[in-house]
Amino acid sequence: MSGFNCIIVGVGGQGTVLASKLLAQAAINKGWHAATAETIGMAQRGGTVVGHLKCGEHIFSPLLALGTADLLIGFEPAETVRALPYLKNGGAIVVNKTPVMPFDPDSKYSGSAELGFLRQQVAKLYIADGDLICQNCGTGKVLNIALLGEAVRAGFLPFSIMDLEVAMEQMLPEKLIAINIKAINGTKNKNIV
Amino acid sequence: MKRFLMGNQAIALGAINAGVNLVSGYPGTPSSEILETVAANNPGDIYVEWSANEKAAMEVAAGASYAGARVMVTMKQVGLSVAADALLSLAYVGIKGGFVVVVADDPGPISSQTEQDSRCFGVFAKLPVFDPSSPAEAYLMIEDAFLLSEKYQIPVIFRPTTRICHACADLDHNDIRTTNKPSGFIKDSKWVIFPKRAYEGHLHLASVSKQIAADFSCYGYNSIQGNGRLTIAASGIAYQYCREALDLLGQPQIKLAKIATPTPFPEQFALSFLQNTDAVICMEELDPVIEKELLQVVGKHNLPIKVYGKLTGNLPEAGEYSVETVSAALADILGIELPKNEMPQLPDLPNRPPVLCAACPHRASFYLVKKACAGQDAVFSGDIGCYTLGNAAPLSMVDTCLCMGAGITVAQGLQKINPETLHFAFIGDSTFFASGLTGTVNAAYNQTKIIIVVLDNNTTAMTGHQPHPGTGQTMMGEISDKISIEKTLYALGINSVEVCNPLDCDRTMAAIKRAIAFPSASALIMRSPCAVKIKQFTPAKINTDKCSGCAYCIEELGCPALTKQNGIITIDQEHCKGCMLCTQICPCGAIEKVITKEE
Repeated sequence: MSGFNCIIVGVGGQGTVLASKLLAQAAINKGWHAATAETIGMAQRGGTVVGHLKCGEHIFSPLLALGTADLLIGFEPAETVRALPYLKNGGAIVVNKTPVMPFDPDSKYSGSAELGFLRQQVAKLYIADGDLICQNCGTGKVLNIALLGEAVRAGFLPFSIMDLEVAMEQMLPEKLIAINIKAINGTKNKNIV
Repeated sequence: MKRFLMGNQAIALGAINAGVNLVSGYPGTPSSEILETVAANNPGDIYVEWSANEKAAMEVAAGASYAGARVMVTMKQVGLSVAADALLSLAYVGIKGGFVVVVADDPGPISSQTEQDSRCFGVFAKLPVFDPSSPAEAYLMIEDAFLLSEKYQIPVIFRPTTRICHACADLDHNDIRTTNKPSGFIKDSKWVIFPKRAYEGHLHLASVSKQIAADFSCYGYNSIQGNGRLTIAASGIAYQYCREALDLLGQPQIKLAKIATPTPFPEQFALSFLQNTDAVICMEELDPVIEKELLQVVGKHNLPIKVYGKLTGNLPEAGEYSVETVSAALADILGIELPKNEMPQLPDLPNRPPVLCAACPHRASFYLVKKACAGQDAVFSGDIGCYTLGNAAPLSMVDTCLCMGAGITVAQGLQKINPETLHFAFIGDSTFFASGLTGTVNAAYNQTKIIIVVLDNNTTAMTGHQPHPGTGQTMMGEISDKISIEKTLYALGINSVEVCNPLDCDRTMAAIKRAIAFPSASALIMRSPCAVKIKQFTPAKINTDKCSGCAYCIEELGCPALTKQNGIITIDQEHCKGCMLCTQICPCGAIEKVITKEE
C-alpha cells in the first residue's frame, strides 16, 4: 500500500475526531505511519468539523490537498457535499442519510437535494442509515463507529471490522467497548448485545 | 515505543524527558493540551500550574528558574503579549535553569483574534526561536531548547503553529528522563534589574546572539535537500507543504532548505544553501521573517539572487497556507501549469456558524439583559471566551470584543463619551481572574457607571474546561480555597454586587434592573455551570396542544435544540439539556419539563 487518505466530516459533537483517531490507530497496527488533523476550538460549537487522515509509508503534512482523498466519510449530507473538493477522481463516499439541521428557523434544508447531487457526481457512493444502527444500540453516540463499520462493509476501507475492533479495544474506555463493537457490526447482529 | 500523539502531547512528553521541573501557563487554543499532558503524565516530581494569566505564569517560572529549575511556560500567541513585560526584562536579567517559553501561533487564524507571529517576538526580545515542522520534530527539539537556554543563560522561545500542535502523528516515544536537581536560589545582584544591569544585559544578548546564530548554522534540523539553481527556504508546516508540492510538480530541480531556527538567523547556513542559486522562494506562514533575513544576507554579501515571497506579492500575507498555496506560487514562479482539478459547481449549502450550546447559561444571561434594556440605549461590551458567540443573531449582545479583559475597560471609555447610554461589560469567570481585576479597580476608582456582568460557569470552557482560581481545583490534583468572585468585586471597590442564577428568569431580571438603577459601577454574577459539564438532566418538551407555532422561542433564544420543521416547533431530545429557559419565556406556556417516572 502506498497510502490511504480519508476525510471525515460532520457537525461539532458528532464524534468525527474519535473516528479519525481510530482509523489512524488501525493503520499504525498494520505498521503504517498515520497522521490526523482537525478543526478544534470555537468552530466545534455546532460548526462544520473536517477531520483529515493520512496513512502510508511517507507522510509530510497532516492535511490533505484538494482532490486527494480516497474516501470521504460524511456524518450528514450537506457537510459531505461541502467536502467533495477533497475527493479524488474515482474516490468513494460513505454518507449518513440523516441531515443535521442548521440553526436557521427558515432553512429549507432536508438533505435530499444534497444526496441527489452526490448520486449524480460520485459512482462509489454508499448512503448509510447510521441512525438505524444507533437505534439498535440505544444511543446516538455511536454514530461515528456505526459509519466506520458501514465503510468497511462497503469495501471502502483498507481495514477489516476486526482491525477496527482491535483499535477500539486499545483506545476506548472499557465500559464503552461492548456498545461500540455492537455499533461497528451494524444491523446484522441486532439481537446480540 | 511507537505512540500516536498530538503535537502538543509530544511537546509535553519531550519536556518531561528533558527534565523539566516546573510547568506553568494559561489556557489558549492551540496550546492548552501541552500543560494538561504534563499534568496527566506527571512522574510526581514536576510542579504544574494553570496560572491566573500568562504574565503570572512567566514570572512564576522566572523565580523557579532563578533557583535552578528547568521550566516551561505555555500559552497561545496573544498570551505572549500579556507576558511580554516579564519576558523582555527576563531576556536582560537572564535565567539559571533552562527556560523555554512555548508559544503556539495560529495561522488562519482558526481560534484567535490576531495572526501575530511570535518569531517576531524573538527578534524583538533578542531571544532565540525554535520552529518545529512536525510533531516528531517538536518532540525531539524541545530538549535542544532547554539545553540552549542553559548554555547561554537566556530564555528560549519554542514556537509551534496550530498544524503542529493539533496534528496527531505516530512517533517513537521513550521514557528515558534526564533529571535536573535545582540548586536552590543563590543571592546575587544580577537578579535585580537596574539601568546599569540592563545595559550589561543588552550587551550580553547582542554577543550571545552572534554565537547562537553560529550554533544554529550547524543545527541538525536546519537542513538542505535536493539540487537546483532555484532554492526554497521554508519553515514550520509550510516546509511539509513544499515537500508535497514538489512531489505534485514531479520533483523539479529545486533545492529545499528548512529553517528550524529563524532567529537569530543562521547566516552561515543560509550562505551555504544560497550557493549556486539564482533565486530563493520563501515559504513561511504569517510574517516574512525569513524573507527579510535573506534579503539582508543577499544585500550584505552582494549576492546576485532574487528573493521571492510575501514582499514580492508571490505569497499571501495573511491566512493559513496549504499545499495549494505553496504549489500555486511555485508553479507561477517556474512558469509551469498545475494539473487542473475539475470540480463541479457545488449547490448552495446551509451555513453553520458556531453557536452557544443548547442549555448554555450565557444564552439566558444575554437574553435577560437584552430584555431588561429594552427601549433604552445600551452598549454591550464583550470579551474573550465562549460568550463571544453572544454576538450572533438572535441574541446580538456583543457590540465590542478586543482582547482579554478589555470589555470592562472599553465600557468605561464608551461611558465617558456616551454617559446617557447604559454600558454593560460581559466577562467570563476565568477571564475575570486573568485580566478583569485591573479594569474593575479602574471603574470603581474613577467612578464610572458601568455594569459588570461576570458570566460564571465555573470553568474555562472555550479552551477545554480548565480550572481557574474560582474553581478550587489545581493541576496538582489538590483542592484549594475557591477565590470568591463576589468578595473580589467588593474588595476591588464595587459597592453593588449581586449573584443570580440566570436560568431563574424572574429573580435575575429584578437583579439586572437594580444594577441598572445603581448610581455607580455595579456587578452581577450570573452563576450557572457550563452546559457541557451537565451530565444528568431532563429535557423540555413542546405541548402541541398549547403551542401556537409562533416560533418566539427560536427567534429570541437561538437555541440549537429548538427547531422548526414544516411549521412545527420541536425540541431535539438528544440536544436539549433541560435548562428550562424556553419554558419561562414561551408566550403560550407550551414548553414543559418532561416528567420522568422517578419524579
